Amino acid sequence: MNIRPQVRFLSDQLIEKILDESRDILCKLGTKIHNEGILEMLSGFGAKVDRTTNNVIYTQEIIDKALSTVPSSFKLYDTSGEETHDFCDNNVYFTPGSAALNILDSETGEIRRPGTSDYIKYVKLVSSLDNITSQSTALVPDDIHEKISDSYRLYLSLMYGKKPVVTGTFTVDAFNVMREMQIMVRGDSKNLKEKPLTVFSCCPTSPLKWSDVTSQNVIDCGENRIPIEFIAMPLTGFISPVTITGTLVAHTAETLSGIVISQLANPGAPLLYGGSPAAFDIRYETTPMGAVETQMIDCAYNEIGKYLGIPTQAYISLSDSKRLDAQAGLESAMGATLAVLSGINSISGPGMLDFENCQSLEKLVVDNEICGMTLRMAKGIVPREDFPALPHFQELLKENHLLISDHTRKYLKDEHYFPGKVIDRANLSRWQSEGSLTLKERAKSEVDKHIANYTPTDLPEEVKKGLTGLMITESKKHGMDSLPEQNV
Amino acid sequence: MDIINSISTQLISGNDKDVASDTKKALDSGISAETILNDGLIMGMNIIGDRFRDHEVFLPDVLMAAKAMYAGMELIKPILIKSGISSRGKIVIGTIQGDLHDIGKNLVGIMLKGAGYEVIDLGHDVSPEKFVEVAKETGATIIGMSALLTTTMANMKEVVKILKNENLDGKIRTIIGGAPVSDQYASDIGVDKYSFDAGNAVDIVKELMA
Repeated sequence: MNIRPQVRFLSDQLIEKILDESRDILCKLGTKIHNEGILEMLSGFGAKVDRTTNNVIYTQEIIDKALSTVPSSFKLYDTSGEETHDFCDNNVYFTPGSAALNILDSETGEIRRPGTSDYIKYVKLVSSLDNITSQSTALVPDDIHEKISDSYRLYLSLMYGKKPVVTGTFTVDAFNVMREMQIMVRGDSKNLKEKPLTVFSCCPTSPLKWSDVTSQNVIDCGENRIPIEFIAMPLTGFISPVTITGTLVAHTAETLSGIVISQLANPGAPLLYGGSPAAFDIRYETTPMGAVETQMIDCAYNEIGKYLGIPTQAYISLSDSKRLDAQAGLESAMGATLAVLSGINSISGPGMLDFENCQSLEKLVVDNEICGMTLRMAKGIVPREDFPALPHFQELLKENHLLISDHTRKYLKDEHYFPGKVIDRANLSRWQSEGSLTLKERAKSEVDKHIANYTPTDLPEEVKKGLTGLMITESKKHGMDSLPEQNV
Repeated sequence: MDIINSISTQLISGNDKDVASDTKKALDSGISAETILNDGLIMGMNIIGDRFRDHEVFLPDVLMAAKAMYAGMELIKPILIKSGISSRGKIVIGTIQGDLHDIGKNLVGIMLKGAGYEVIDLGHDVSPEKFVEVAKETGATIIGMSALLTTTMANMKEVVKILKNENLDGKIRTIIGGAPVSDQYASDIGVDKYSFDAGNAVDIVKELMA
């Protein structure tokens, strides 16, 4: 009797056609891969490799071989080893938009570079937001050497947060340090392989290219069974065809090439069929994440991923606005709604403004409510002792209300999502009596409350010391005698 | 005084049977009805009222607590009356003449009763004269009126006029509520207070009776 509400943009025939065309591109034009070891490996599997241009021409056989070993699901576990995610079917999980260079300062309204204290506040906040299941390394602190800002973000996330981390490296070298940190948390590499703690973003460079860093990262993660998410970023009419269908072909080709690299090197390596394509705005020369076409591309490639039996990811439910305003709300809510209705397994976006460039803690609190509402929606409409209906109405006419009926008390909290105080549902007079607070003011107050109520995680002290030791060693390599202060 | 704390705790949890049995135990052990009322029942309702305001609990929890409050009150009320201790206060409520929309007013009644007040609910379509007449008869010190329609809310003003004519303004206070009325409207028609919801009505009654 129940259905999981769902939207679809592509027919199976269109999906098959897009897949055929993408494979054709890989088998005729190929991709460039700037990584000697991977070129060698692919050549060994029968791909045609041109050493002078680093171009790889794929074969239908290696694409099929790669697709045959991709896991159809995988799980994530928090720092204490508790399962938090089961990426399969239409299970959906939200994670904050990652790697913002800026933060919207809640005191001054200034968009500025974040520091260590901002990052720690962010982790503390995310720790207590119920509808956001993982942390992402959402900010790039500027008070640490830029060569180690990737491992430093993971370090702070593991020190202060319990939730799994969506992250990535900026350099090849950082991978080892970031792997080492995760092994410290899990105890040994076997435990880490069994209970993944992070997802690493691996981004091909559109059109049809893989850099040394990201392609190597695909291999390194696979060897350690660290899940990855492919983030292909075609832009309509710019570096992919102007049409949504044409851009889906580009996205599919780039993602399939990543799957080939991943699965031929490490069959069965866990991965998310993800991306961050955009409908390029030719007026502003920007990549709007809130554009409806961007969101349609996201939902559609997710359908292709699902068609291939692979769990999915997208950068959706974020905004291009520079402020926590109506545009921020409408773009994020529309994205989150579509993402949940499409069953995108890992939804990256909450908190993000300005085309993935700016995180806002206040927006994160608001988005947490958008996530809560859409997650409720995903549960659909389920009869809960509603039939026969007659007794409920007899009770209503007898008592004049159903406020304390058994049925109400039993199902109130399952049937209804009650947002936090950031969402205004008071009547006018109550709202006025509570200070006539704007959304921004309410969000600020909630951020402060969450951060004040933060309780440290149960990560053992010796693990924290180990992580800090590792990070200090890294920072010394880059001329820093000590790590930035962590007083928040 | 453990039994008094238990009354409060059980009331907050909405366990009417436990509140009744604890109240009985407390009376049997010689604790006064007044102590049970103030330190057990009303204390519990105050706590749950605060939690409701802070969204820690929801309306059904408050109403379940109110139901538990009645269970305790049933047992101590005869003793309170006998010893000359009146209830926490008497309030006449009703939906104003011409208006049949009474769900909000009913909710106010439940909440006020739950808070320990004696509520005389006149129902809906109540004439201004009836409000004043019943308040005088019962010794109620507050009249609470509700309206949902802009066409009926004007009738509330008549109550204020009658009270004035009979020199009862100040002695019998007035509160209004309902979708079309406001703080401004209350002061425009000379009503003492406006309440924006049922929880707020309890706070205002407390304030007026203090």
